[in-house]
Amino acid sequence: MTTTVPAPAGTGAPGRATIAARTLRTDRWWVQPAITVGVLVAFIVYSTIRAFENANYYVEPYISPFYSPCITTACQGDTFPKLFSGPSFLTPALYILIVPLGFRLTCYYYRKAYYRSFWLSPPACAVAEPRAGYSGETRFPLVFQNVHRYFFLLGLVFNAILTYDAVLSFRDHEGRWGHMGLGTLVLLANATLLWLYSLSCHSCRHIVGGRLNNFSRHPMRYRFWTLVSKLNARHMQFAWVSLFGVALTDLYVRLLATGTITDLRFF
Amino acid sequence: MTYDAKLRVWRGDADGGELRDFTVEANDGEVVLDVIHRLQATQAGDLAVRWNCKAGKCGSCSAEINGRPRLMCLTRMSTFAEDDVITVTPMRTFPVIRDLVTDVSYNYEKAAQIPAFTPQPRDADGNHRMQQVDVERPQEFRKCIECFLCQDVCHVVRDHEDNKKVFAGPRFLMRLAELDMHPLDNLDRRKVSQENFGVGMCNITKCCSEVCPEGIHITDNAIIPLKERVVDRKYDPITWLGAKIGRRPHS
Ligand code: SF4
Ligand code: SF4
Ligand code: FES
Ligand code: FES
Repeated sequence: MTTTVPAPAGTGAPGRATIAARTLRTDRWWVQPAITVGVLVAFIVYSTIRAFENANYYVEPYISPFYSPCITTACQGDTFPKLFSGPSFLTPALYILIVPLGFRLTCYYYRKAYYRSFWLSPPACAVAEPRAGYSGETRFPLVFQNVHRYFFLLGLVFNAILTYDAVLSFRDHEGRWGHMGLGTLVLLANATLLWLYSLSCHSCRHIVGGRLNNFSRHPMRYRFWTLVSKLNARHMQFAWVSLFGVALTDLYVRLLATGTITDLRFF
Repeated sequence: MTYDAKLRVWRGDADGGELRDFTVEANDGEVVLDVIHRLQATQAGDLAVRWNCKAGKCGSCSAEINGRPRLMCLTRMSTFAEDDVITVTPMRTFPVIRDLVTDVSYNYEKAAQIPAFTPQPRDADGNHRMQQVDVERPQEFRKCIECFLCQDVCHVVRDHEDNKKVFAGPRFLMRLAELDMHPLDNLDRRKVSQENFGVGMCNITKCCSEVCPEGIHITDNAIIPLKERVVDRKYDPITWLGAKIGRRPHS
């Protein structure tokens, strides 16, 4: 594994120690990127299928996070105002997925994850990357990673809507309040994880206080910044857990909608 | 306990060299640098190796051990099995001088190019004042021992010699962040960070943070905040406009 690829121009540049191996690492450095590829591909395949399925995303009173906010007249359920009717080949999910997709695609953590595992740039530390040229995030299209803060703000709107969905799931199938099932907990947990993921965001950390140079003049913002910094240290964990959270929440709603399982009802 | 450790050490200079095998005695509690010193004392009197403190504080003994950038004095022999072959090479990002010693001038050149600390005027009583909470962030970066392991591992220059012209490397992006966050500094370094020192070249893959012997969160606490500051200045129309009409001073 370590010597099959010839050393690229990089570590072979004139003047450097002449060592042919691409890396001299002896540990299994490729395991981490391989797992990342596996999990992300599985998520992409699953979410693509679900986004085009256009069914089994709503079952009283639960809606799948892939289809919320559901904004077209084709929508099942009443969780969001129906704003317009689009062509029938576009599912309600397709209008909205750009926000969570853009948010995660431009996330500093996911960037690290896919630059390493898909781009192999670098696949692991001190393992040479396969490409000869490299311009980082300075040019089109990667310079657009700099819009991340706007996706962060849009993501907050989505978090609010998904929290609202979780609140609505305290109604029973006839719309009366005072119901709670396992699905309610699933929706609540999903919304909580999404908030933790968003609030631990690096752009969030910058916006709440990171951009200041004089914390002492802004005690409130300093407190926010301290709190967000604590969450930020776990951003990677929140990124993964909330990703699983969204997929499993959707799966739970789908299983209910297809009648594969029935909701466990607490009251 | 004493055993015979198997070492593979790169010997050579700018004209070429190779990995050579040695068997050297190792004792309980030793670090790789001890064994390299014994190799020098008993079998390879002319082995070039740079070191000073043997305590992880001077940043001299940087090398690559089994392919990973590390301080030789902080790498315990006990992390390897007795029959492991331990490969020690010089840092592979900088020109080699001889054996384990590299020419790290690139780093000093970059350091010299960074606009120096530019303090605001003193208070009326002639003092500079700042609060502890305001300097806490920059203080983390002052732990740096300038071992340049982060510069060595960073793929931007490790794999692309050409980028050395346009990229200052994690250690010096961190220096820019330190100054830009400093409560008394008056210079706006955001534009030069992007245009002269290449913060946009970093793709935040965090190898610098992984190897830093001081455990500095280089990427999370210095480079990403610096990137966000650059966005304020160069890419975010709303923040930029706010600053233009004076609603948002850079303070
Ligand atoms: S995070 Fe950036 S500066 Fe640090 S090693 Fe990776 S590319 Fe280089
Ligand atoms: S930041 Fe860490 S790795 Fe880089 S030079 Fe300083 S101490 Fe060494
Ligand atoms: S950095 Fe990951 S969501 Fe912003
Ligand atoms: S000898 Fe000083 S850091 Fe290793």
